[in-house]
Amino acid sequence: MATAPAKGSPQMASRLSGTSLTLAYDQRVVAADLNVSIPDESFTVIIGPNACGKSTLLRALARMLKPRTGAVHLDGSVITALPSKEVARRLGLLPQTSIVPDGITVADLVARGRYPHQRLMRQWSRADERAVSEAMRATDVTELGDRIVDELSGGQRQRVWLAMALAQETPILLLDEPTTFLDISHQIEVLDLCADLHEAGRTMVAVLHDLNQACRYATHLIVMRGGEIVAEGEPRDVVTPELVRQVFDLRCEIIQDPQTATPLIVPEARRRVTASA
Amino acid sequence: MTIRVGSWSVRLAPRALLVGAALIVLACAVTVAALATGEYTVPVPDVVTAVFGQGTPVAEMIVGKLRAPRVVTGLLVGAAFGLSGAIFQSLTRNPLGSPDFIGFTAGASTGGIIAVVAGGSAMTIAGGALAGCVVTAVLVYALAYRGGVQGYRLVLVGIGANALLLAVNSYLLTRANINDAASAGAWLTGSLSGRGWDHARPVALALAVLLPVSAYVSRPMRMIEMGDDAARAMGIRVEAVRAVAIAAGVLLSGVATAAAGPVIFVALAAPQLARRLTRSPGVTMGASALTGAVLLTAADLAAQRLLAPTQLPVGVLTAAIGGTYLALLLRKDRH
Repeated sequence: MATAPAKGSPQMASRLSGTSLTLAYDQRVVAADLNVSIPDESFTVIIGPNACGKSTLLRALARMLKPRTGAVHLDGSVITALPSKEVARRLGLLPQTSIVPDGITVADLVARGRYPHQRLMRQWSRADERAVSEAMRATDVTELGDRIVDELSGGQRQRVWLAMALAQETPILLLDEPTTFLDISHQIEVLDLCADLHEAGRTMVAVLHDLNQACRYATHLIVMRGGEIVAEGEPRDVVTPELVRQVFDLRCEIIQDPQTATPLIVPEARRRVTASA
Repeated sequence: MTIRVGSWSVRLAPRALLVGAALIVLACAVTVAALATGEYTVPVPDVVTAVFGQGTPVAEMIVGKLRAPRVVTGLLVGAAFGLSGAIFQSLTRNPLGSPDFIGFTAGASTGGIIAVVAGGSAMTIAGGALAGCVVTAVLVYALAYRGGVQGYRLVLVGIGANALLLAVNSYLLTRANINDAASAGAWLTGSLSGRGWDHARPVALALAVLLPVSAYVSRPMRMIEMGDDAARAMGIRVEAVRAVAIAAGVLLSGVATAAAGPVIFVALAAPQLARRLTRSPGVTMGASALTGAVLLTAADLAAQRLLAPTQLPVGVLTAAIGGTYLALLLRKDRH
């Protein structure tokens, strides 16, 4: 059963939410009158076909995009009314693409995640040092500390960016397609790491492409199509063959993932090689 | 390297400090050499006493009145160009995004030539150059603006503006009478010859204000080099930082061009040299300013002495020295 988009439903605690959001780039309206709440301590995954507005919604939640109407609230305040650095101490974002500064080492890049905690006369406190080494340990990049980021593999580099976001030590972390450009083993590596971070008490929000991966890792799924939230809730309650057909135009069968007992989408074959039982 | 006092902490890069100290020593050495040598050689001890106002009248005349203003103007203009180049290369994330490539210096030249042709004094020419630089910067920024300014758009629009303005400059020269054209031509190559304290003062003032401003925005600017979203996620007000940086960079290159003419290559080469010397990621403000100062004064010294008594305009030499050194460094990078 799909729960209705929560309009500040009292039973669900939510530090981060958006109400009546109209999201647009220049003149092109991507989404209108969107209401969304990110459940605290959830691993929320936003999913939907290309151009459904999922990354746009994430960017609005991360205050990268100013909503045309409506507002994003963080801890009860309109997010744009809060001091920018204050927001950055509560909410982190791993953008879809970032530019690696020329010749920077892993340790130096991760250390940049401490920016919101620093001041002109407090450039490198012991708390900064501890947060950076913890972030590097959690993402398993400690050994890469002195390496030049440009020379790393795609998977390693993504772990370094994640380490930078972790060093920011925000209770909420948003990730915009963190697995794009990675091969399958590195995708799983990054998602497992996100699951660990979620278990450690962080609220994680990720935009993902792969529905099966979303079902596996999400505790809360937000399914979008054409700028609207079509369904929301736990994957096993939400994901049905009808929903997949409605949202992705894909006929499929849904079985239980043998590893995690979460829904596993098996697209209908056009031609069957062997007769089914 | 971290220095902590109570809850205060400052992070320092030992190599950057070392390079900075070496550049200062180098700048002093070039300064002394420039003050001591020339048609009339002043022994180094006499130079030192003259600088502190206790030399012989002849030494004080030569060092203090004739040579010092030129050297000091060179140091200040070089620093201003270096810093301005560092700012724009950081903003555009592109080594070609320096003011002498994206039209700002050419715009300053246009302003300067118009002032020369109009028969203006040195002060009017400087004012014209500064105005030309600011107007060009505003136009380039406005043309490149599309809900914020992307670095590569700024570079492309700037290169277009640069080409256009160079054509305008040539046209203005052909329309000017022969004497105006000659003096404008001399100013156009970039020269420190005959510069007095009147030229040095505005640059000193601009640096006194804008060097601390640049240092202050250099930390957020380094974050913006990683992308606007990445910087915003760290709590940086990207547009505000960018506006301050652009204003500082435009004023610096405008004031520098006003004082010495459009000396090319310092703004392009100094930040690149500084970055490779300090081996720091991204653009470094302080080291770029120091490198610019050394580069310009060394080039001016060479321009005066190499083919003496023939005096070359310093612009010819900055291109030669900076270009050669940069080519060598780029070659080394590949290995």
